[in-house]
Amino acid sequence: MIPAAFDYKRASSAAEAISLVGQYGDEAKFLAGGHSLIPLMKLRLAQPAMLIDIGRIKDLSYIKDGGDFIAIGALTRHMDVEKSALVIKEVPLLAHAAGYVGDAQVRHRGTIGGSLAHADSASDLPATTLALGATYVAQGPKGERLIAAADFYKGFLESALNPDEMLTEIRVPKMNGAKWGFEKFNRRAQDWAIVGVAAWRSKDASGVALVNMGSTPILATSVSDALKSGASVADAAEKAAAEAEPQDDLNASSEYRVHLAKVLVRRALEKATA
Amino acid sequence: MTMTDNRQNTVIGTRQLRREDPALLTGEAKFTNDLNLPGALHLSILRSPHAHAAIVSIDTAAAKASPGVVAVYTGAELQSQWAGPMPCAWPVTPDMKNPPHFPLAASKVCYVGDGVVAVLATSESASRDALDLIEVEYKVLKAVVDVEEALSDANIIHEDLGTNKSYTWNLKIEATEGCVEEAFQKAAFKVSERYVQQRLLPMAMEPRAVAAVPQPFGGDITLYSSTQIPHILKVMAALTLGIPEQQVRVIAPSVGGGFGSKLDVYAEELLCMALARKHGLPVRWVEERSENSMATIHGRGQVQYVELAADKSGKLTAVRVRIKADMGAYLQLVTPGVPILGAFLYAGVYDIPHAYDFSCDGIFTTLTPTDAYRGAGRPEATYAIESAMDALARQMKIDPFELRKRNFIQKEQFPYTAFSGLTYDSGDHLQAAEKAAGLADYVGIRAQQAKQNVPGAKKRLGIGMSSYFEMCGLAPSRVLASLNYGAGGWEAATVRILPTCKVQVVTGTSPHGQGHETSWAMIASEKLGIPQEDIDVLHSDTAISPLGLDTYGSRSLPVGGVAIAGACDKVIDKARLIAAHQLECSADDLEFAGGVFSVKGSPDRAVPMAAIAFAAFTAHNLPDGLEPNLEAQYTYDPPNFSWPFGTHMCVLEVDTETGQIEILKYVAVDDCGVQINPLIVEGQVHGGVIQGLAQALFEEAVYDTDGNLKTTTLAEYLVPAASDVPSITTAHTVTPSPTNQLGVKGIGEAGTIGAASTVINAVVDALSGIGVTSMPMPASPQTVWRAIQSAAKK
Ligand SMILES: Cc1cc2nc3c(=O)[nH]c(=O)nc-3n(C[C@H](O)[C@H](O)[C@H](O)COP(=O)(O)OP(=O)(O)OC[C@H]3O[C@@H](n4cnc5c(N)ncnc54)[C@H](O)[C@@H]3O)c2cc1C
Repeated sequence: MIPAAFDYKRASSAAEAISLVGQYGDEAKFLAGGHSLIPLMKLRLAQPAMLIDIGRIKDLSYIKDGGDFIAIGALTRHMDVEKSALVIKEVPLLAHAAGYVGDAQVRHRGTIGGSLAHADSASDLPATTLALGATYVAQGPKGERLIAAADFYKGFLESALNPDEMLTEIRVPKMNGAKWGFEKFNRRAQDWAIVGVAAWRSKDASGVALVNMGSTPILATSVSDALKSGASVADAAEKAAAEAEPQDDLNASSEYRVHLAKVLVRRALEKATA
Repeated sequence: MTMTDNRQNTVIGTRQLRREDPALLTGEAKFTNDLNLPGALHLSILRSPHAHAAIVSIDTAAAKASPGVVAVYTGAELQSQWAGPMPCAWPVTPDMKNPPHFPLAASKVCYVGDGVVAVLATSESASRDALDLIEVEYKVLKAVVDVEEALSDANIIHEDLGTNKSYTWNLKIEATEGCVEEAFQKAAFKVSERYVQQRLLPMAMEPRAVAAVPQPFGGDITLYSSTQIPHILKVMAALTLGIPEQQVRVIAPSVGGGFGSKLDVYAEELLCMALARKHGLPVRWVEERSENSMATIHGRGQVQYVELAADKSGKLTAVRVRIKADMGAYLQLVTPGVPILGAFLYAGVYDIPHAYDFSCDGIFTTLTPTDAYRGAGRPEATYAIESAMDALARQMKIDPFELRKRNFIQKEQFPYTAFSGLTYDSGDHLQAAEKAAGLADYVGIRAQQAKQNVPGAKKRLGIGMSSYFEMCGLAPSRVLASLNYGAGGWEAATVRILPTCKVQVVTGTSPHGQGHETSWAMIASEKLGIPQEDIDVLHSDTAISPLGLDTYGSRSLPVGGVAIAGACDKVIDKARLIAAHQLECSADDLEFAGGVFSVKGSPDRAVPMAAIAFAAFTAHNLPDGLEPNLEAQYTYDPPNFSWPFGTHMCVLEVDTETGQIEILKYVAVDDCGVQINPLIVEGQVHGGVIQGLAQALFEEAVYDTDGNLKTTTLAEYLVPAASDVPSITTAHTVTPSPTNQLGVKGIGEAGTIGAASTVINAVVDALSGIGVTSMPMPASPQTVWRAIQSAAKK
């Protein structure tokens, strides 16, 4: 519980944070809410020599209407996403999912940008934004680029971000009244999902993504394809794990995970169809 | 209520907030790690990453050169510090095998977490950083993880012992020789069950912490420790270190939970003391959470084989039990005795003949040592008999409650001399069970079940019950002697009325969350007629409370609380002599009520305790030969254990698709005799039930086949939080204990003892209609799902 020694610098803007990271290179890590990074450091699984605290960059904490999408600043806390009237109205699935992240303490500290950048397939928001077809805005020394959620997750705790890039904004398409379902299956309320499902469905389209069913969040395209070609929810749900490569851990074998994914996708879609 | 209790109490029995809580809730309470000790050195310990390995070489040069490091010691280098090995106070059999166990391993490590090297540095981070610089070469040996495989002696852990078996302890009670076997042969029904009590991590929210502070001259040393047992620790530390006992003072500051895990003498306590003396400086250590998961004792760890024989009506005719108890790598303070504490309870609350055959093997493995954990032996026993009773009911195709009714010891039979020779002092099991059944709507649930649990049902309803007896209030010293326990079971108290009629109650109990300060003040207030706010309770410092046997085994109230009542009586007796002297009457003519002595029949001739307290202090006018001051010390050795009992019921639904369990209702009816503070009783029941329910559904110390602990953080070791547990309906019956003047019994462990089997019985009850007849703990969703799958395949 005692991290290795590290230095600390506080950035007051994205530009400053990026220049600091450039200065310290591989040794440096951004610190946002600290709710993924600090536990790793306490266990000495991460030993960054320099922490660049971006947690107080005020102008990166916002929720705005961007027309077709809702724009959320990367430093926005989970609690603000959960409670935002705008998010509740336009992307209710995301507001709901944010309310299931950890416990109240975690939701007050953790940030949406930190959650996505950490790229943990067991986290709720990567899969949820993936299901919703979100686009992430990354800022680096050479300026901004847009990364589709579907291109962002590269492997276990591995994203498309370069080390000197920072997530600044998350753009989530409005759901335009599409119905949705969110299933988080765990043993204790504050835990990460053993398996989770974020799903939405409109007249002619759907999006289904799985939490903790592989080394990255999984877009269950086979389910959406089946629905599109007229399959029943129950039949489509049978395809839940087609794209997944679930792992074994203390809570679940991969076999059980596959079974859960099918049950939970069915339940989520039943809600999204009701 | 069972019996009406005629005690005319006014303070005892009232619901009161705990006086301890403001400091705890505002963060003002001082725990060991909050002590400010200028100049203290910090201890960190390099622990074995292997379950079983020989130490080939250790290179500490880089660590010694690391900034802030003052000294680095290997086990071999510290060997001369110890006058003897670490203590095991309970050699359960004369031939019990006990491997020498020292604070650091010298030549061989026997579990992941075994201490190997000690680093002292000027700061906590410096000592922790230095650990990463130590090179240890190990020759890895085969881990011994499975307790039953260990018995084969294919891999012997402690070569000098020649075996992995520490002991075999038997309790065979037969009216006529061979009658147990005969009962099984004649039985109309019999069940033969195997249960696994998984290892549990006690997970006190405050990990252990130690600080040893040497006095500048003369060799005295003060040990601060987050311990349940300052008194026992003082004796044991003095012996192990070879320090004269009078030079050792032990203080337990605020202690954030123990559950048995701090009922031990630990390596780090001894290391801090030895190194503080060696360096002439305070030495402190605080456990990291992951360290706590492997360096602090584990609970449970038993494989149980239970057989019941019954006649046509289901009346039990014999009980046979075989236990394989996992001691872990070494014997800690009471490790071998834990299963023995349960040995007498495998017939539960039932009236059985003298046909009982119990045997337990204590077995070494290369895992963290086990020791007492909330209930210690008794939850395991209760789980076994109560689960086996359900199995018997299923076999007989009768309702499990009906089967219990046919077997309960009847209220008229108390005091009841059991097959074991122990006397169960009081009880009314039927009443408690019926009360629970009423609160849980047992009949209604059964009817609902018939409707709901149809083939293909997605949610199946279950109800489970468990009726328990707890043998607690440890313990009559003579009984402990007969069990080979290394100490007595008395408790001491001093009651001191100060000149201004304020009171100090000094207790030998050592609270760590139980609210003793509140309850002991209530007892003294009731006895002395002095307001509670004028009473202070002193404890947990061997210089202030030199005599005591500390807190564990639900003993504090039925032994320590009763000692306080006894000390109050002695003080009142002395005050009575002074009052009689002042009122010029015979002491026998006085009555004492509400803090005032008055002459029987003439209430206006009276003198209040305040006047007597001052008179005792000035000593100007005392009866001839009477010592000044109002103070009495009393030591109470209980004549019997205390026997709380009750029935718990749980109603739950199982999602047959996912295996997820939802508890709909949990009812706990507990009888702990007279309740001093019903609010505290409820709190103890809540916490106890959650801890038992946690064993049933959530918690398990998981090891891989190489003996690596996989659950070393609170993310993997699933201690349930408030949102994960049901609200609990508590209710009580009150059957006062006839063996002590307060009529009290213990309540600290009762909830845990009743809960695990209640929950698992409910799970099996929900699923028995689809062929599930047993359920391992913890009944995680995956475990439940697999049980449903494999029953479907049959
Ligand atoms: C007890 C507990 C329970 C939890 N339960 C859940 C749960 O149920 N579901 C869930 O989804 N999550 C859960 N979490 C994780 C939580 O949501 C974290 O807050 C989140 O994963 C990380 O956000 P953060 O702001 O704390 O990031 P940090 O911990 O500060 O950073 C995480 C990583 O992302 C990088 N980073 C942070 N921000 C940026 C950025 N803007 N650009 C580039 N890189 C960045 C950091 O360098 C670091 O590598 C839990 C955490 C805890 C402690």
